Order: sequence, then C-alpha cells, then structure tokens
Amino acid sequence: MQPKKAPPDFTNQQLAKRFSGKLLLRNEIPLNEALFQKLCSANLFTPSKSIKRKKLSNQCQRCNNQKQSLFAAIPCQSCKKTHLYCRNCIEMGRVMECEALYLWSGEAPIWPSLEDPCSWIGKLTNVQQQAANRIVNAIRNKEKELLIWAVCGAGKTEMLYPGISEALMQGKRICIATPRADVVRELLPRIKSAFSSTEVAALYGGSPDKDATAQIIISTTHQLLRYKEAFDVLIIDEIDAFPYHADQSLPFAANRSKASSNTTIYLTATPRSEHQKQIRQKKLPHIFVPVRFHGKPLPVPLFKMCFDLRKELKSYKPPTAFLKWLDHRKNPKRRLLVFVPTIKLADKMKDNLTQILIDKQILSSNDSLCAVHATDPDRKEKVELFREKKIEVLLTTTILERGVTFPSVDVAVLDAGHIVFDEAALVQISGRAGRSPDDPTGEVLFFHDGKTDAMVEAKNSIISMNKRGGFS
Amino acid sequence: MQCLWCHEQIMHETSWKNLLLLDGKALLCQECKSKMEVLSGKCCSRCSRITNEEVCSDCRWWEKQSVEDPLMFNHSVFNYNAFMQELIAKWKYRGDYFLGNAFKEPFVKSFRKKFTFLEKNAIAVPIPLSTKRLTERAFNQAQMLADFLPIETCAILSRKHGEKQSKKTRYERIFTKNPFAINETINNPVVLVDDIYTTGTTLRHAASLLKEHGCTRVYACTLVRG
Ligand SMILES: [Zn+2]
Ligand SMILES: [Zn+2]
Ligand SMILES: [Zn+2]
Repeated sequence: MQPKKAPPDFTNQQLAKRFSGKLLLRNEIPLNEALFQKLCSANLFTPSKSIKRKKLSNQCQRCNNQKQSLFAAIPCQSCKKTHLYCRNCIEMGRVMECEALYLWSGEAPIWPSLEDPCSWIGKLTNVQQQAANRIVNAIRNKEKELLIWAVCGAGKTEMLYPGISEALMQGKRICIATPRADVVRELLPRIKSAFSSTEVAALYGGSPDKDATAQIIISTTHQLLRYKEAFDVLIIDEIDAFPYHADQSLPFAANRSKASSNTTIYLTATPRSEHQKQIRQKKLPHIFVPVRFHGKPLPVPLFKMCFDLRKELKSYKPPTAFLKWLDHRKNPKRRLLVFVPTIKLADKMKDNLTQILIDKQILSSNDSLCAVHATDPDRKEKVELFREKKIEVLLTTTILERGVTFPSVDVAVLDAGHIVFDEAALVQISGRAGRSPDDPTGEVLFFHDGKTDAMVEAKNSIISMNKRGGFS
Repeated sequence: MQCLWCHEQIMHETSWKNLLLLDGKALLCQECKSKMEVLSGKCCSRCSRITNEEVCSDCRWWEKQSVEDPLMFNHSVFNYNAFMQELIAKWKYRGDYFLGNAFKEPFVKSFRKKFTFLEKNAIAVPIPLSTKRLTERAFNQAQMLADFLPIETCAILSRKHGEKQSKKTRYERIFTKNPFAINETINNPVVLVDDIYTTGTTLRHAASLLKEHGCTRVYACTLVRG
C-alpha cells in the first residue's frame, strides 16, 4: 500500500464553493472523516433528517417522494434497525432513514464578477437580439420568471449568451437544466467556448464532474436533486418535455435549487397548455421568437394515408406509402430520420428496412443504417455517427424528438397516429428538418392510418407559428 | 400494485388459475418477469453453465485440482442476461433491498425442484460480506436469498479481511488463502447460498472450510450463473 498523502488544507472559501447549495449524503462528501467531523462540530455542515415520518405518509427530504409504494423497509445491518429507504431517488445513491443529509452552513461562496465574460464572436439576428435583450433585463431587474417561446431552430442557446454574461458580470451562479444527458453533453463545449474564462461543469448520471465547483453548471434535471438554494439564475430548457410531467420530484428539485433571489428562464418550442393559459392571462411574462435563425419558415408536415399500416407494421415492414415517397423525394441527397413509436418496432424493422433501402440503392451498405432507442447502450455513438454524416439513415423512437440537431435531413414518422406522438412530440419531430442554413428546408411526412387530433394540432400550430413569423 | 422494476401498473389477469391459487402478489409485471430467463435445457451438471457437455471444461479442471472437489455441485436458477445484470446491480450495488423479493418465488421453486433429495436437517449458509461492505450496503444479498429457502439458515461464516475478489486475476483468486473463517461447527449437509457463481472459487473456499470442520456434504444454490 502507498502511504496516503496528508489531506490538503482547504480554505473555507474553497469548501463553500464545493459544498454550498448542495444537499448531500455523507458518502457524497469526499472529505476524510476527521476533517468532516471537525467541520460538523464547527457547524459548517448541518445535518438534517433524510426521511420525515408523518402520520399518513412519509416524505423523502431529497426527492420529496411521498408515495408509500416508493418507500421500502430494510433490516439495516449498519444501524441494526429496520427502517425506511427511498426507492424513488435510489439511482442517485440510497437515502436511508438512519443517515442524514448535510447542508453547507458556513460562509457563502464569492463568485468572480467578470467585466467582459463572453468570448463568443458570432452575431445574433435581430429577432434573437430582441429576445436576448429581454432576458438581460429580466436578470438585471431580478424578475422571477420569463418564458422564451422559440420555434425549433431559433438558435436559443446563443440567445442566452447576453443574459449569462449579465449574470456573470454580477458574480451570480448559473444553472442550465435540461431533461436529457445527450443535450448536456452537446451544450458543454458550446458554453465552455462562449465563456472561456469562467468555470463550467456538466452534471448527468455517470458524469465525471460530480464534485463540481463551477460557476456555470449544465445539468440534467435529475441532478438538481442534490441542490438547495444554489442558483441565482436558473435556465430550464425544454420546460414542456418529459420527464418534468412524469416525475413530480423534478419540478420540486428545480424549485428548491433556486437561491432566495432568483431569476428563472424557461425555454420551450411547444409550451404545454397550462403555460399557454398563464401567458394568455398575462400571469407569465414571455417573449415569442417565431423565426428560425436562418430566416426560413418551419417545414409543414404532409399527411400520407396508409391503408395497410396495421398489417405492414405487424410484420415489421415499412409502409408501402413510405417506400413510394422514397422514390420521389425532392432532394434525395438528404439523409433520412425515421421515427417509429416503439423500441420493438425500431429493432425489428431495422433489417427489413435496410434490405429495401439497399435494393433501392439509397443505402450503400448494411451498416449505413442504425436503429436507436432509449435503452440502447451505443446510442451516444450512433447519434454522433449520424451527425457526422457517417451513416445515411437513422431509425429512432421519440428519444431523438428534441435537443439534437442534424444538418440536412428529411423526416418520416411511421404510424404518426400512435399515442406516443402527442402534439408537442410531433412539432418537435417536424422541427428536426431544415436546420442547416445551406439546406434550410426539408420534407416532413406523417404516415398514418387515420389522422389524430395530435397530428392536426401539430400541423396547425406549425402553420400558425409560421404566420406569426411573417410567412404566409 | 406497481411493478418493482418498471413501475407499470400490474394487471392481474382474472383466470381460473389465479382465482384458485389466489396468487395476487406479483411484484414484477408480466413483461419484466418474462425477461428473467430460468436456466433450463442443456447445462453442466456440476455448475449450471450452459453447455452440451455433461460436465463442462471448467468443472473438469476443478476435478483435477484436488482428490475430491469440496463442492458436490452448484445449482444456478437464472441465466445472467442483460436484464438480470441490471436487476442485480440495482438490488446489490444501488442497495434496493426490497427488489430482491422479486427473486423469491422462482428461487424457492427452483430450489425445491433441484434439492428434492436433501435431508431435513440440511442448513443454508450464506456467503458473508466483509464488515465494511456490509455496513456500506446495509444488507447481505446472499443472506436475503438464504432466508427465502424452506430450510434453516445459519450464518456461520465470516470474512477474514475485506479484499475485493473482482480486483484479482483468476490465478490469484484461486490460489490465495481461504478468505473465510468459521464461527461454529456443524455436521449437517450444507447448501451454500450466493447471488452469483462466476469461477466457483469463492464457493469452493467456503465449502472446503465447512468440510474441514465436519460437514458431510456441501452444495451450492445461486441466483445466477455468471
Ligand atoms: Zn427520495
Ligand atoms: Zn440504518
Ligand atoms: Zn460446469
């Protein structure tokens, strides 16, 4: 065994940067026991109960789970008692009743105030600049909330730069939270190069930066469960997206992570009805960005009826109408993004589709088509291959409906009437086409055997956004 | 009731079968249950490894190592497929103790079928964890499995020091000193219980220690064949 190095002496400010604003289990605090005990007895860490027992229901103090079915009893060999643990947030490390959650209660961290923090040299379009100015004002005036309703491809990340600069000039701490780890990984290099003298860290399940001390945090919404009263500016991307709606603990975590004086910026291309209602009632300040950054309208989906769809899908064959369309694409050089409703269909249709596309000479080889879905371990690599134009066709479930951008693709949705394709999903999927300034259009086709309200509403909403953008 | 794994609502099909058996307590939904692959068909009679041979090459190697293999045989219940790997990882490493109950019914059923010959005084002995690991995990997965079985459980083994098995090479694992200590001697037949049979070294260390201390026969029953 190597002799262990003596622990470095941390200043209180270093510790504050590392631990303030976090709610952590002991094993998430990588300090040796002696130092940790010292900090506890100096009241720099304050322990609190991790699971509160109530009369009718218990409550996990990390994820706010109150569903009894998501608590279980464990005969704990550590404390020799049988007690509860939370099954809801167990992927983040197990919260047990016999272990406390620790909150930093020492001095507050002092973040640097920079004079000119933004190193991005691009230029915003007029429409983007208007939205950017509105965000700057919200942060400057400490407004509580602002919703940015920006169509897919409006260039919302760049619109955030002036606001983030404003916050950095004031020495504020910023978090950009997004539902998907893919998007966190995509944002990290962009934000890092746009703010090259500020520390930026990315947090997602399995990310290397767990112990992040950065002033700008890019995080999956899940990781916010470890924060409490941390961020002066919280930017919540894709506020309408899964999993905010599915998992109650995520809005709870986002809310708890706000510092007492906080500005929250919501970003969405497809606001849910409750947000639209708040906008109409003027309860939620918002700004609408109806034009894509390249100035061209959103592609409007075309509906294609497929009479034998059930039969074809049952034998995992692509619909005949889809194959017909393949022969008459406006620009056959574009690559193909094909959405299917289920993982099973993605897996099982893959070989059939590959063979057909090879016969049609659309594909050059077996490996220029890939299928991806949520539980695919190679998903990251496959998406990267498609983005780099190393594969021609990507067959996917709704996991690629948002966040990821591919240049120059046509989009086909097979069985667009399926229940997984709600209005927001279909608008997002349509928004995958025409993202490149070199090829700002793209075909979007919905193959179906009976159009649904979701399909019609998606199409209408795209047409109305184009109208608001000045296209007719 | 929601599925312990995917949280889908579990639909209880009303059929004559479950009306009669009143088996209303499914912990996993049908879909998840169907992904657990019970080992059946051609397996090694000594270690449950999938093979066409009666005794696999691993086990023939073991036979050559000593006059008598301390372990009569190992019986594993499930194939260690991707789904089982995920389930076991969440149960054991994430520490989702309750999830282990999903194994109970098939584990007990398979045990009863395989060990029909077992004497009534047979005893289940779980493979122990080191004190450090036990404190970290708060439970011993092998103990949980042993407690499911319809025979008495005695945790008579302990670990001498908490060295991590997986960090060693196969050679090191096989030829190192016995990591176990025995706290009590028994001369009953013993069924060693663990979550996974990988090389069989751990179980043989435990088995030979038990036999040195008077056990007549030692078998193993494990959840998966790794
Ligand atoms: Zn919890
Ligand atoms: Zn405990
Ligand atoms: Zn064998």
